[in-house]
Amino acid sequence: MFVWFHKLASPPFFYKFADKLAPWLGWLSLLVILAGLYGGLWLAPPDYQQGDGFRIIYVHVPSAWMSMFAYMVMAIAAAIGLIWRLKLAHAVSAAAAPLGASFTFLALVTGSLWGKPMWGTYWVWDARLTSELILLFLYLGYIALNHAFEDRRTGDRASAILALVGIFNIPIIHYSVTWWNTLHQGPTVFFGPRAEMPASMYIPLFIMIIGFMLYFTAFILKRLQVEVLQRERNTTWVRELVEKS
Amino acid sequence: MKLTALIERDLRLAYRRRGELATPVIFFVIVTALFPLALNPEPTLLRSLAPGVIWVAALLAVLIGQDSLFKTDYEDGSLELMLLSPLSLEWIVLLRVFTHWLATGLPLVMLSSLMALLLDYPMHAVGVLVMSLLLGTPVLSFLGAVGAALTVGLRRGGMLLPILVLPLTVPVLIFGAAAAGRAAVGEPAAAPLYFLGAMLVLALTLAPFAITAGLRISLES
Amino acid sequence: MSSWHEFVTMGGYAAYVWPAYGIALVVLLVNALAPGRQQRRLLKEIRRRANPKERSE
Repeated sequence: MFVWFHKLASPPFFYKFADKLAPWLGWLSLLVILAGLYGGLWLAPPDYQQGDGFRIIYVHVPSAWMSMFAYMVMAIAAAIGLIWRLKLAHAVSAAAAPLGASFTFLALVTGSLWGKPMWGTYWVWDARLTSELILLFLYLGYIALNHAFEDRRTGDRASAILALVGIFNIPIIHYSVTWWNTLHQGPTVFFGPRAEMPASMYIPLFIMIIGFMLYFTAFILKRLQVEVLQRERNTTWVRELVEKS
Repeated sequence: MKLTALIERDLRLAYRRRGELATPVIFFVIVTALFPLALNPEPTLLRSLAPGVIWVAALLAVLIGQDSLFKTDYEDGSLELMLLSPLSLEWIVLLRVFTHWLATGLPLVMLSSLMALLLDYPMHAVGVLVMSLLLGTPVLSFLGAVGAALTVGLRRGGMLLPILVLPLTVPVLIFGAAAAGRAAVGEPAAAPLYFLGAMLVLALTLAPFAITAGLRISLES
Repeated sequence: MSSWHEFVTMGGYAAYVWPAYGIALVVLLVNALAPGRQQRRLLKEIRRRANPKERSE
């Protein structure tokens, strides 16, 4: 088992592994998401306060969760890449970033669309939305730095440092934004699931989160294939792969 | 090279480049002056905006000033020599950022009292404003230095630096502006000042490691 | 959900719920399809680069 894990760090082995696994996970994630949507959009009863408008939760919360999860993946992979000098770990970081940024963008947009009917404005400077906005800037900064270098290896290592500085700062940023929010008696906007949510409401949410996680895994694998090809384009195994196809 | 010799050298070099180092300070003054021009220069409005405006202007000025932190040394090769020095690079970097702050950040801190005057910021609170900047601008310098270390090898890294660093500076901005804002209306400002102090300690102890890691990566290409 | 009508109008919130899901669909589709296209393009480019080189040798 450990030997297999070790082999996974080798780019050609990983590429073939991803090639086989990604489609399965992709289709599975579609099934799970459809199941979650059926539960959330059809089966779950309307909220007593927000009516059917609360159903945005089934994309908003999974997106927000994934935006943070993707950053963790990015930062941990960056640390592994720096400490053990694993090219593949850096590729994972680079692959996670656009997905994470997409989820952050989605969390912001769905949060905004949720906010307008509920609290009157398209944007609310509440602590969580503001933290999401800053997270988006952190992602964009990472992507910009990663692409700014001609030598991909330097780009990977520099953006890895940035990712680690970012992950350290995120709790501080979140705390300061929360503090700032209470200072200005900002709206205590409630985007998360409430404690007394009935099962028919929170089970679809749980299913959607699992669906999004499967989606993330599937398509980070696909993106990783691209990253690996870009980094290894001059090696023999890639040339053999191309000749065979 | 002894540490004091290092400080002396950095200060002497900074003095020779004093024109270049004056840019952040001039930038600070100009940006602060832009706000009344863009808005209604009515005293009560300016007073309510003053803490935020001064802080944002200081933040931008410090970040813009950080680009020159390592550039000249990178271009003439002395940065690589620093790597070979018997002194730990972390200490060299710590002192470099500190002297750079003395040359660019400290004048800014002192000028802020003048800016307070321009924006009708109450004089009884200027002490807190200056204190907040005194604690906060070094943190901004260190955060900017991390960005400078990561982008020093890039030809057009100048514009990228602020984009990378600005999100990280949000806590400093929040606590700094809050301290100045509270003092202006007579409320106690101790809590945000303590937070700034804590961040300064964190920056002093941890930032040098990130900065040296960034420099090593930038130099190995 | 009591009726098809309620589903479509989302109890009056349709203007907010459906765009939210629409944008989510677009974002998820783009992230699902883009890597595949990039991969095919890359493989084609690598193949093209390899072949003329072999021919000239």
